[in-house]
Amino acid sequence: MTKWSQIFIKSNLLVPLVAIVLGLLCGALVMWLGGYNSWSAYSALFHKVFGSSYDIGETIRTITPLLFTGLSVGFAFRAGLFNIGAEGQFMIGMTAATIVGVKLHGLPAIVHAPLALVVGALAGGLWGAIAGFLKSNRGVNEVISCIMLNWIALYLSNYLISSLVLEKGQQRSEMIQESASLSIGWLSKALDNARMDWGIFIGMICVALFYILLWRTKQGYELRAVGHNADAARVSGINVKGSMLKSMMISGIFAGLGGVFEVLGVFHYQVVTAASPGYGFDGIAVALLGGNHPIGILLGSVLFGALTYGSAGMNFTANVPTEIVRIVIGCIIFFVASHGLIQMFLKPRKPGRKPKKKGAVDGGSDLGLG
Amino acid sequence: MEQAVPVVELRGITKRFPGIVANDNISLQLRKGEIHALLGENGAGKSTLMSILFGLYQPDEGEIYVNGSREIIDGPGKAIKLGIGMVHQHFKLVQNFTVAENIVLGIEPRRGFSINYRQAHRKVSELSEQYGLKVDPKVQIQDITVGMQQRVEILKTLYRGAEILIFDEPTAVLTVQEIHELMQILRNLAAEGKSIILITHKLKEIMEVSDRVTVIRRGRVIDTLTTSETNESELAEKMVGRRVSFQLDKEKREPGPTLLQVNHLTLRGSDKGRNVLTDVSFEIRAGEIYGLAGVDGNGQHELVDAITGLRPIESGSVVLGGVDLTRKSVRDRMSAGVAQIPEDRQKQGLVLDFKVSENMVLTTYKDSRFGRGGFIDEKAINEHASKLVGEFDVRTAGIHVPMRSLSGGNQQKAIIARELTRDPQLLIAVQPTRGLDIGAIEFVHERLLQAKNEGKAILLISYELDELYKMSDRIAVIFDGQIMGELDSEEVDDEKLGLMMSGNRLKGEGGGAA
Repeated sequence: MTKWSQIFIKSNLLVPLVAIVLGLLCGALVMWLGGYNSWSAYSALFHKVFGSSYDIGETIRTITPLLFTGLSVGFAFRAGLFNIGAEGQFMIGMTAATIVGVKLHGLPAIVHAPLALVVGALAGGLWGAIAGFLKSNRGVNEVISCIMLNWIALYLSNYLISSLVLEKGQQRSEMIQESASLSIGWLSKALDNARMDWGIFIGMICVALFYILLWRTKQGYELRAVGHNADAARVSGINVKGSMLKSMMISGIFAGLGGVFEVLGVFHYQVVTAASPGYGFDGIAVALLGGNHPIGILLGSVLFGALTYGSAGMNFTANVPTEIVRIVIGCIIFFVASHGLIQMFLKPRKPGRKPKKKGAVDGGSDLGLG
Repeated sequence: MEQAVPVVELRGITKRFPGIVANDNISLQLRKGEIHALLGENGAGKSTLMSILFGLYQPDEGEIYVNGSREIIDGPGKAIKLGIGMVHQHFKLVQNFTVAENIVLGIEPRRGFSINYRQAHRKVSELSEQYGLKVDPKVQIQDITVGMQQRVEILKTLYRGAEILIFDEPTAVLTVQEIHELMQILRNLAAEGKSIILITHKLKEIMEVSDRVTVIRRGRVIDTLTTSETNESELAEKMVGRRVSFQLDKEKREPGPTLLQVNHLTLRGSDKGRNVLTDVSFEIRAGEIYGLAGVDGNGQHELVDAITGLRPIESGSVVLGGVDLTRKSVRDRMSAGVAQIPEDRQKQGLVLDFKVSENMVLTTYKDSRFGRGGFIDEKAINEHASKLVGEFDVRTAGIHVPMRSLSGGNQQKAIIARELTRDPQLLIAVQPTRGLDIGAIEFVHERLLQAKNEGKAILLISYELDELYKMSDRIAVIFDGQIMGELDSEEVDDEKLGLMMSGNRLKGEGGGAA
């Protein structure tokens, strides 16, 4: 655990930036090896992201779920837990929102949409809390239980959608009621019919909540104390078990919200799928790039969202396969994780010149206070 | 007068870290075949200096000469090549490798593609015979004692051809018996012509084994002395920078009313098998230090956990100031006036990655003075931390640096500051001076006595009898989870305590509990 948190909790601005540049260079190298023109590919990517108001809107749509799952993973990390289960929590949140959105009739929008949102978020939170409970009361490693819960979530979702709200003759749910929609019609219109919803705004509020909760409240102090040193927290009278449970629950709520907006804001129906959408796993990358700091996670999700959406343009205009972007993202993660390598690029002529004093390394880790 | 070339000479070494000059123009000569002690308090700069010699750090200024020629040691590999070996305080061994495998690790004798184990075993045996370091090359590291592991570390450096050996606080982890053996090993090595630098803050060891001693204080060399021409109190004075009293004036005063009552405490082991505490009863009165002696692992930890509420008890009760705490949570007991200085300060007492200020409220952050309505009042916390840091002389680069960056002694001061300012009724101090230097030990003892004089009840658990004699009013002995008996501390009697510590109950008067 300690090793993981050492890799993940680093909020040095320089390293991610250099990692991004190196990642793009690696992508260019791969394209060059494959005989593609990397310059036109990247400019096509850029163009796709910022080309039109529609594209800007759709880029924001792509960013939103990554922001939520990034916050989910980052929050758990701050509390000393590796929530690899954001994927499952995302699915469960989505499914719960779909069912509430389809099944309840005749509610006014002002009640129905928030209700579906809250139910979805709580469902995600409870799904996370299962792993939290197993960890705190039974000592089950949360990584293992989360991975298994991801599969359970996938098939449970498919089962629930198929048996409760399946659209006849299709592999997807019925459309949600109009009253459950979280789309913003006027904004969509303004952005050339891009699918816009409240997700990004709620996401920003969650960014602020993430910060306030962890660094401005006593609850957050407890969660961080448990995350850094559960033994000392226990001796100091903190309820460590309860704290782990809460952390996973809050983490799950963030992920669940991501799922909620995916269905209530974007698609308005849920598909029965063979594989989960992968936002939870991308969330790990986002949290890593963002140094588990809410602002960093926001920036990380913007980058990954833009790269993902822009990759379609790369394919279309420059004929470069979209998978190249996954290589770029992979390289960025690799470079962020391998800190030392970056330091070498930053100070090429002075290897090991400034060995940091043992311990002083994490100086800026808790940049929240102060 | 002919002086041989020193095997190692450091000239004007300066090393700065952000906010601190760890080494300030340090010069030092190591002669062939001598045991040269490097004495200084924690944080004085000894380890930094040796890390520079071993190539882990680069000096900002200064030169290093090995056998008369100037060398730039840019890594441990270079240091080893120059014949410098280091025995670290925390061993760097592979637990599930054998002794021989650990020793040859990285430079294994080969036969084709595989390791030539027979040759490895033979070489290791030869070395261990030559220097009188008895080890069995075929057992795994995890199965041998700490003292044996240290021998493996020494053999590792010798196997790599070390002529100059650096020992970093080698006795910190050893038992009394093992320390004696180590001292003999050091003498053997020196007799074989090895040159030894011994980093320590224990005066007794220096007097016993070293030829010369260099005293370092706050990054500077204070003096280099010939051991036979000095004495413990002179060294202590040079190390700390002022006169040190080895005797405390323990006021003899009548203790107040009973504060802590532990009644018939019984606790099962975590494996649900036998009892780890059996029918333990004792009382501590206000203004009294109650010492608990015993060999490590005889139920001391369980007793502390039972009183603080970290472990549920089988039967019995804990009463503090008339309030029954038996069924209360850890936090409730803390607010009822239980405070603890835990044995492992880094693991149990502090959150090392938290800032100093955040650590100062680890047990009190819930108080309304540090924020209302669930929010944190950062200003109040900072003010509190600054006050404590000043009052208890915690040396730190500020209250916003991580606790990890403080030296061990200052970390302990921080805990004591935090716990004593809570004004508890009962203070449980477990090995409160473990690993601390003289100055810090003195500080801890003074504060404990002060707390006693303020009328607090103090439970002092220690494995060092000297500390218990010095501090306590009464001393009890715990063995196998049972109290064997109690002595008045006036009645200093090693033999009686020793008997009880090995499981013999005290007969007749003073039988105390049980």
